[in-house]
Amino acid sequence: MSDPLVFHFDVDGENFTSAGQASTQVKKNLRQIGLSPDIIRRVSIAMYEGEINMVIHASGGVADVTVTEEYVEIVLKDKGPGIESVERAMQEGFSTATDSIRSLGFGAGMGLPNMRRYTDSMEIDTVVGVGTTITMRVNL
Amino acid sequence: MASSTYEHSVQLDVEKCTGCTNCLRRCPTEAIRISDGHARINESRCIDCGECIRICANKAKRAVVGTLEDMDRFRYKIALPAPSLYGQFENLEDVDYVLEGLLKIGFDDVFEVSKAAELVSAYTRLYLKTEGIKFPVISSACPVILRLMALRFPSLNDNVMHMLPPMEVAAKLARKRAKEAHPELADDEIGVCFISPCPAKASYVKNGFADYESKVDVVVSMSDVYFALIGKMPRDGVVEASTESGMVGIGWASSGGEATALLNDEYLAADGIENVINVLEQIENGHIPHVRFIELDACTAGCVGGVLTVQNPYIAKTRLQSLRRYLPVSMNVLSPEEQEYIPELYLFNELPTYEPMAVLSHNMAESMRMMADIQRLRNELPGIDCGACGAPSCRALAEDIVKGRAKLEDCRIVEK
Repeated sequence: MSDPLVFHFDVDGENFTSAGQASTQVKKNLRQIGLSPDIIRRVSIAMYEGEINMVIHASGGVADVTVTEEYVEIVLKDKGPGIESVERAMQEGFSTATDSIRSLGFGAGMGLPNMRRYTDSMEIDTVVGVGTTITMRVNL
Repeated sequence: MASSTYEHSVQLDVEKCTGCTNCLRRCPTEAIRISDGHARINESRCIDCGECIRICANKAKRAVVGTLEDMDRFRYKIALPAPSLYGQFENLEDVDYVLEGLLKIGFDDVFEVSKAAELVSAYTRLYLKTEGIKFPVISSACPVILRLMALRFPSLNDNVMHMLPPMEVAAKLARKRAKEAHPELADDEIGVCFISPCPAKASYVKNGFADYESKVDVVVSMSDVYFALIGKMPRDGVVEASTESGMVGIGWASSGGEATALLNDEYLAADGIENVINVLEQIENGHIPHVRFIELDACTAGCVGGVLTVQNPYIAKTRLQSLRRYLPVSMNVLSPEEQEYIPELYLFNELPTYEPMAVLSHNMAESMRMMADIQRLRNELPGIDCGACGAPSCRALAEDIVKGRAKLEDCRIVEK
C-alpha cells in the first residue's frame, strides 16, 4: 500500500484565460501514474467543470486532488457566494452566469450535472455568503 | 506496432548537432534530450511532426525519405502528387502543367491525390450519416495527429474516423487504373510514388497503420520533385487537359479544406501542433462547441506548411486559391448507387494500440511513489526551464532523475 498522492492547485480567479490549467496538469499526472483513459477522462471533465465554476462564480479557490490505489478524490474549495439552492443548481441548464461569461461559451448550466455524471460520488457543502466545498470521487 | 520497431522519418545527424537547446522546447512531446553535447530523440515519443527540423539552424535534423531513383526498380511508375505541390510554383496558370511535367520527368501515369480527396470528402459526408458513430468525428488524414492521439489521447479513439487518407485511396485507385490499362503488368512491376509535403507520410508508409499496410511504395520529398520539375515542366502552350479534381480536392492542401468540403458548417478546423493539442485537451474535457467534424493539421496552415515544401505556406495557400478559382466545385461526384454504402477500399479497421508514452511504471503503487518524488524534486529545482541540463523543463528533468536517466547535478543552477 503506497501513501496517497496529493496534488495541490491554486485556481486563479482573476485571470480567466488560465482557467482549465489545473485540470490539464492533473490529466498529465494521472496519465503518468498509468490510470486508464476512461478514468482520466472522467476525472478531467469533473475537475475542469469544477475549476471553471470556481473562476466564474467564486473568484477562484483551491483544488486538491488525492490519488490512492482505490480512488481519485477531487476537493474544490472556494470562498465565493455559496449556492442558494443546490437542488436548482443541479438541474441541467440552470445557470447564474453573466452574459459576458455565456458569450465565451460557458454558463450553459451543465457544470454541476456533468460533475455528478462523471464521478461516483459528489458532496456539496455550501453556505451562502461563506463559500462552497465540493468533494468528488472517482473509484478505480 | 510496438514502438521499438517503429521506423521514424525524422532523424538526427549527430555530426551537425551543436547541442544547442533550440529543438528542446519546440518538441511537442518532449521527445528530445541533450547529452554529451548533442541531441537525442526518444523514438517511442517522436510523432514525426518535423518541428525540430523547422527550428534547427544547423540542419542537424532531417527527414529521411526516398528518392526519385528509388522508382527505377519499377517497370510502371505512378506519381501521386499531394495538392500542396501545385502551390509551390510561381505564376502557375494551370494544374495540367504540373501533371505534364511529372510525365516528362519519367512517370508513366499521374494520379492526383486531390482526386482521391474529393472521393474521400464525398464518402465522409456519407460517413457522418452513419448510425451509432461518435461525435465529434475526428479526421484521420494527418498521420502526425493519428500518432499523437494513439500516444496521448486514447480516450478519443472512438471519435476517429475510420476512413483512409486520400494518399492511400489514391494509391489503390491508381494501381487499379494501371492494371486495367496494362493487364500485362504484374503487381510488383507497378510502383506508386507519393510526392510528400511532410516526413510523417513517409513514416506512415514505412510502418503501416495498426494492421493496415500502405499501398505506396516510395515517398519522395516535395522539394526534390520541385527542383526536378522546374527545368522540365512546360510553362505555357497547349497541354492535355488531364486534371481530375476541382476546388474541393485542391482545398485539402490547406487547413479547413477537408472540413469545408463537407458542405456543412458544423465543423472545427485547427492547425499547428500546439493548437491541435489544445483542441484535443478541450475535447477530452468535454468543452467544445457543438460540432460534428474536427479537422486537425499538425502543420501551421495545413499541408502547405509541411517541412518538405519549398514555399512559405501562406504564399502557397494564396496561389492555390487562384488556381482553384475557375474550377468546378468537385470533379468526383458519387452516383445515387455509389452513395448507398462506403466501399471497403476507403476504410481501415483498427487503430494502433494505446502506448502510454508517459506512464512512469506499470505498477501503480510504484508510479505513485515516483510521482511523489517528482513533486519533491520540482520544489528543489529552480523552475526557470532554461534547458541547460539537456531536458526541456525542470519538470522534465525531475522525471528523468526519478526514472534514473539524469542526476540532480545535471542542473547548472541549483546550489550544490
